Amino acid sequence: MSQDTVRLIPSDEGSWRLDAYLRRGGYEAARKAVTSMAPAGIIAEVRKAGLRGRGGAGFPAGLKWSFVPQGVSGPKYLCVNADEGEPGTFKDRAILVRDPHRLLEGMVIAAFAVGIHTAIVYVRGEYERIAGRLREAMAEAEGAGFLGPDIFGSGFGLEVVIHFGAGAYICGEETALLESVEGRRGTPRLKPPFPAVAGLFRAPTVINNVETLANVPSIIGRGADWFTAQGLPKDCGTRLFSVSGAVRRPGLYELPTGIPLRTLIEDHAGGPPEGVSVKAVIPGGLSAPVLRADELEAHLDFESMALVCSMAGSAGVIVIGDRTPMLEVLGVMSRFYAHESCGQCTPCRIGTSWIHRTVTRIAAGQGRRGDLDLILSLADGIKGRTLCPMGDAAALPIQALVTKFRDELEQAVER
Amino acid sequence: MSYAPSAAVLERIDRAVAAYPERSAALLPVLRLIQEESGWVPPAAEVWAADKLGLNPVRVREVLSFYTMFRRRPAGRTVVQVCRNLSCTLAGAEEVIAALRRELGLGDGADTTADGAVTLVAVECLGNCDHAPCLQIDGVDRGPVTRDSAAAIVRELRGR
Ligand SMILES: Cc1cc2nc3c(=O)[nH]c(=O)nc-3n(C[C@H](O)[C@H](O)[C@H](O)COP(=O)(O)O)c2cc1C
Ligand code: FES
Repeated sequence: MSQDTVRLIPSDEGSWRLDAYLRRGGYEAARKAVTSMAPAGIIAEVRKAGLRGRGGAGFPAGLKWSFVPQGVSGPKYLCVNADEGEPGTFKDRAILVRDPHRLLEGMVIAAFAVGIHTAIVYVRGEYERIAGRLREAMAEAEGAGFLGPDIFGSGFGLEVVIHFGAGAYICGEETALLESVEGRRGTPRLKPPFPAVAGLFRAPTVINNVETLANVPSIIGRGADWFTAQGLPKDCGTRLFSVSGAVRRPGLYELPTGIPLRTLIEDHAGGPPEGVSVKAVIPGGLSAPVLRADELEAHLDFESMALVCSMAGSAGVIVIGDRTPMLEVLGVMSRFYAHESCGQCTPCRIGTSWIHRTVTRIAAGQGRRGDLDLILSLADGIKGRTLCPMGDAAALPIQALVTKFRDELEQAVER
Repeated sequence: MSYAPSAAVLERIDRAVAAYPERSAALLPVLRLIQEESGWVPPAAEVWAADKLGLNPVRVREVLSFYTMFRRRPAGRTVVQVCRNLSCTLAGAEEVIAALRRELGLGDGADTTADGAVTLVAVECLGNCDHAPCLQIDGVDRGPVTRDSAAAIVRELRGR
């Protein structure tokens, strides 16, 4: 990739330290924003940049910020979603490890734009060690006056708190995350009210993914026009694609939005290992409906993925080789959702565990005719009938898997 | 049985409580700090935490039982988490888990070795799928492992 594109994952030595970040031009955008831009101007620039949320849902970031009511007194919060629970995704980890200052700079800009003075970074419990880098970066930034009570001598202050999760996928869902920060079980809230109006501690709250915020410094530093020159017109910039499974070079690839799935898998990740061919690909984290090998021409952006009835999601691309039985994939999937359902909504709680019991029975060689239809109808019973999107996140990939690989699964049932 | 954290942990707990506008919000960090020191959260510590944060003890139990990383039983001196989500399964996680259980001599349903050295927990995605199949040992990532290398790692842990 040329020098002149967004680079979220730097490769220079000691890249996570403040001096290295400053050598890469770090904190110039925050300085510009805080000392010379109007908050509304910052939001307008981010909207113009077409930056869509990188946490999974793809909501335009600038638009989200503009929903926060202005001119009301009382606290407002920024919650940074570093829960990274979507299986197959390991990009936020890389930002925390290699470029924590970029995240902090993005947070300062977002907070200034919305008028927020307290930020909470929700880090999954499994990343506690990794968060040590973020903690060090916070101390460095505070020492340099880039964070804390008086940023760049402007009088604007931002305090940052790290809050650790404790092993619950649902806490990545934004309202469950708020519950968890408030010291409760991670059960999602009914919307409305939306967090922008009544979120953390009932105050207006912006929730953004780590990668979303890490994109903000270059948008402000170099301008929306520069940013929109990469990727697609309404879904701009780059994405961090986490590639794992049956490829020669699993790893993280930062590429413009909208690249073909095949290009990512074959040219960047090296294609499947010797003697293996691609049977299926999950393109956007485990919750993204599976694609068959004949669908690899699809492009990796929110709209194109929706056109093939899947989703770009968290950009976690899991490649499944021809030797893997799809029943095994279905088993992992059904176990995961049954385990992670928070239990609040009956269709999701009962549906996911019933599906999992059925899959487990098939795997034990006790499949019955009609089992696949049972699974499909249970998934149908979950879809659209839950308070949060986790119901769909469980039902849709299970339905896609059963529908697209029905013949193979039928054989497993009748074995 | 009563519970009291060490002075050092108590100081960290007090700092955690001060970081939130409402005391009850500090429940997760308080439980995490208790577990960090004790290896688990004993019933007496639940009562202590409830008292500390002005909560009904049932509120503490509710949270403790929801989050899988919190332990309500003592754990081994080392906790090994082994990932079994999709990318790790594609790379042989189930064989790794079987090898680890064999090496540790864990019978059906047991998760901790008889000598109290190691607790083995199979977990969902650790966010390290490009290193599949992978482990996390007391919070430190390891991977990719093989059946043999994973068994060798826990053999060494037991000897410690
Ligand atoms: C079940 C579930 C799990 C989620 N997990 C995550 C997660 O781990 N990280 C994340 O950033 N977003 C996650 N999300 C999406 C968040 O709800 C939210 O859309 C996102 O944090 C908003 O930030 P963004 O607009 O910057 O993407 C999850 C959503 C659902 C329904
Ligand atoms: S599937 Fe094992 S780390 Fe992601």
